[in-house]
Amino acid sequence: MEKLITKSENGVMEMQRDASGIDENEKYRVMEEELNLYKEKQNVAAGKSKIQKYNLMEEELLRPIQKIGRAGKIWIGFLVAICLCGLYAYYLQETKSKYETISLRDYTMWGVYISTFVFYVALSLIGALMSAILKLIKFEWYRPLTRIAEIIAVASIIMAGVCIVAAMGRPERLYFLFTYGRIQSPIVWDVIVIMTYITASCLLLFMPLIPGIVICRDKLTNKPAWQKWMYKKLSFGWNGAPEQWKIVKKSVKVLAIMVIPLGISIHTVTAWLFATTLRPEWDSTNFGPYFVSGAFALGAAGMIVAVYVFRKVYSLEKYLEEKHFDVLGKMLVLLSFCYLYFNINEYVVPAYKMSSLHANHLLDLFIGKTAPTYWLVVLFGIAIPAILPMFRAMRKPLPLTIIAIFAVIAAWFKRYLIVVPGLSHPFLPIQDVPESWMHYFPSLVEMTIVAATFAALLLIITVFSRLFPIISIWEVAEGDGVNMQKIYKPIKPEML
Amino acid sequence: MKTDNENKKSHDEENSESRRKFLKLGLLGGGAALAVSGVTKLFADSTENSGEKVKVLTTDGKLVEVDSSMVKKASGCSSPGLNIREGIPGKKFVRVIDLARCENKRACIEGCQKKHNLIAPVEWIKVKKMQDVEMESPYWFPQMCYHCDNPPCTKVCPVDATFKRSDGLVVVDAERCIGCKFCMAACPYSARTFNFGSPKQVENFEKHKNDPERCKSSDPSIVGTVSKCDGCPDELAQGKLPACVKKCPNGVIFYGDENEDTVTNGEEVFQLSALLSERAGYRQFDTLGTKPRVYYLPPDKRLFPFEEAKEIRNTEE
Repeated sequence: MEKLITKSENGVMEMQRDASGIDENEKYRVMEEELNLYKEKQNVAAGKSKIQKYNLMEEELLRPIQKIGRAGKIWIGFLVAICLCGLYAYYLQETKSKYETISLRDYTMWGVYISTFVFYVALSLIGALMSAILKLIKFEWYRPLTRIAEIIAVASIIMAGVCIVAAMGRPERLYFLFTYGRIQSPIVWDVIVIMTYITASCLLLFMPLIPGIVICRDKLTNKPAWQKWMYKKLSFGWNGAPEQWKIVKKSVKVLAIMVIPLGISIHTVTAWLFATTLRPEWDSTNFGPYFVSGAFALGAAGMIVAVYVFRKVYSLEKYLEEKHFDVLGKMLVLLSFCYLYFNINEYVVPAYKMSSLHANHLLDLFIGKTAPTYWLVVLFGIAIPAILPMFRAMRKPLPLTIIAIFAVIAAWFKRYLIVVPGLSHPFLPIQDVPESWMHYFPSLVEMTIVAATFAALLLIITVFSRLFPIISIWEVAEGDGVNMQKIYKPIKPEML
Repeated sequence: MKTDNENKKSHDEENSESRRKFLKLGLLGGGAALAVSGVTKLFADSTENSGEKVKVLTTDGKLVEVDSSMVKKASGCSSPGLNIREGIPGKKFVRVIDLARCENKRACIEGCQKKHNLIAPVEWIKVKKMQDVEMESPYWFPQMCYHCDNPPCTKVCPVDATFKRSDGLVVVDAERCIGCKFCMAACPYSARTFNFGSPKQVENFEKHKNDPERCKSSDPSIVGTVSKCDGCPDELAQGKLPACVKKCPNGVIFYGDENEDTVTNGEEVFQLSALLSERAGYRQFDTLGTKPRVYYLPPDKRLFPFEEAKEIRNTEE
């Protein structure tokens, strides 16, 4: 007690001296009173500072929604323009002869659309990885990252569906999958798991967003009428009652558990689309885990890029900190090593045997025409992300992001290398066909459509982050020890 | 084998159950397909003797006379092309390709293309130059859809657009196909082709749309769908041979019915089991477990020495 008093800098010390003549008990009583008063003051101050801190955070996280700057508008316009180009390219593809607009032929009948589809399915695993696994193993640093991961997951799984429609010969018959669907077909399995994953991911994005929508509804009063209407409708009359908080937290937990097996399933089933065929290049029992591990490595790399961009563009350095890059970098190392392990199983073991079934394909990858792409993918997609971030200096935001950008690009090419060369070496030799049937290179229409899906992916993420807080306010606040149920006082819906 | 005239006579006659054994006709006897398929209707129909006699051929090649009431005209087969999904009852079609006879005349390809209005470079049959080992002389290898008994393509189809019929044929329903091309990825023999809608091809389909000779049951003309050798179901239903068999000048391709244990190339008839066992018949990549319905006879004792193709085919887009 003595210690505490001497430490303080208010009038307690002087009072001690003045009261020296008074009886000891009385002295202690006064001291105790003073001390309690002081403690109370401190608590109020701390509470105030917590509220202040929370308010500041709320303000900073709502800033990207408050005002879209000129650069932001140009960016959105740019993305919309590419999407429109893609729509026009799709119009050309569907109205003109596909023999002329796209370079797919009988042997390479799956091209960039299917590779990009696999890429998006892989990218969507980021949701299961970042928002579910980290949350469940209670890695506290997940808090500001979870919503970024979920919106990427939702946007990319939607784009995966778009790619499939672009690849279809008769997209207007898509509904046949429901009217004539055969459960024996891996495509139908894929449709089922992807639709379930979309639903679960949307819920996992939306449930923790409800308190955030309410904040938007209450605080963003200068927004156009449709936007206010949207916040009001989407908040579903939420008013922060303890019961409601309980429901949100519980459902998020259930969804987070659900989304892990679902995420692993979607990518495993996507691997089975290839592994259930008799083609030697794809005829591998390793394919499921090989795809899943690749998806996790891509997820970590994609997350690094996204975090860097949001941190810079929306000035969120206070929330997306250097420590996040540090841990994401370590995570990238771990996941890249897992991926390396499955790659060794996938390529080195068959290469050791070099059976004539695999020889054409493997030699083409290792020393043939495809070799430059293959080795660049190994370098940038596996070796560099596995090794460089082991050094602390490489886990700083900028170098790590550069490594991650290359890893993401390499991940796309990796999918291309699985799909296209896998089709170019059938059992029976390719003979008596025109030159274009033997080699596949995507046409301008195909490349435009693929570019448009990327633009649409970024557009969904951008628009989302301009309408809703991209960092979950309440989850970060709770991480800081704020009791949200006390601080957070939504306006009663009937008052609106 | 009997002439078409004799068989045609039997088309119009009635049939009865007890005489089913008489109806196992050889393939060239066109009546066979019709008569056997009529078996299903036997129970319902009258068995009154008409007194009129018709000649039919038994499996062991004997010509017998039966009452016309014992032979029934099969309505399902006489109007072919109406339902691609129904196999011809009682049949198990099979093909045998004698590699010793092929000299890459490509007449089968042309016959097939004409029948189905396909133009180069789309070919449902390919004739490939093959060489299994270095010391062996290369040989010509006609290859089409093998109509496998364990077809990897129909397994993966999400909408039942490609399926196995009761008569052994694997066919595509182009009205159903959504164009996902999974069956093409699944086929280890690259037997499938996709209609990318090349303008020349579309024009050709349009031009011959109403040809009486056109195969009506399977329709490769729908852009954005998968097609492949359909085994000429129209022809088979009429008791005729597929286009590729008829056109081959060397009689390389034999067609027949496994139930009847007979195959023919239009001129010669063989007992299927005897032919395969004597000539060491085999199936391509049998280890894949696809169980093809197309057998090959090895290219030994060749009728022609191997000659390289004189021109490079299908170079034009």
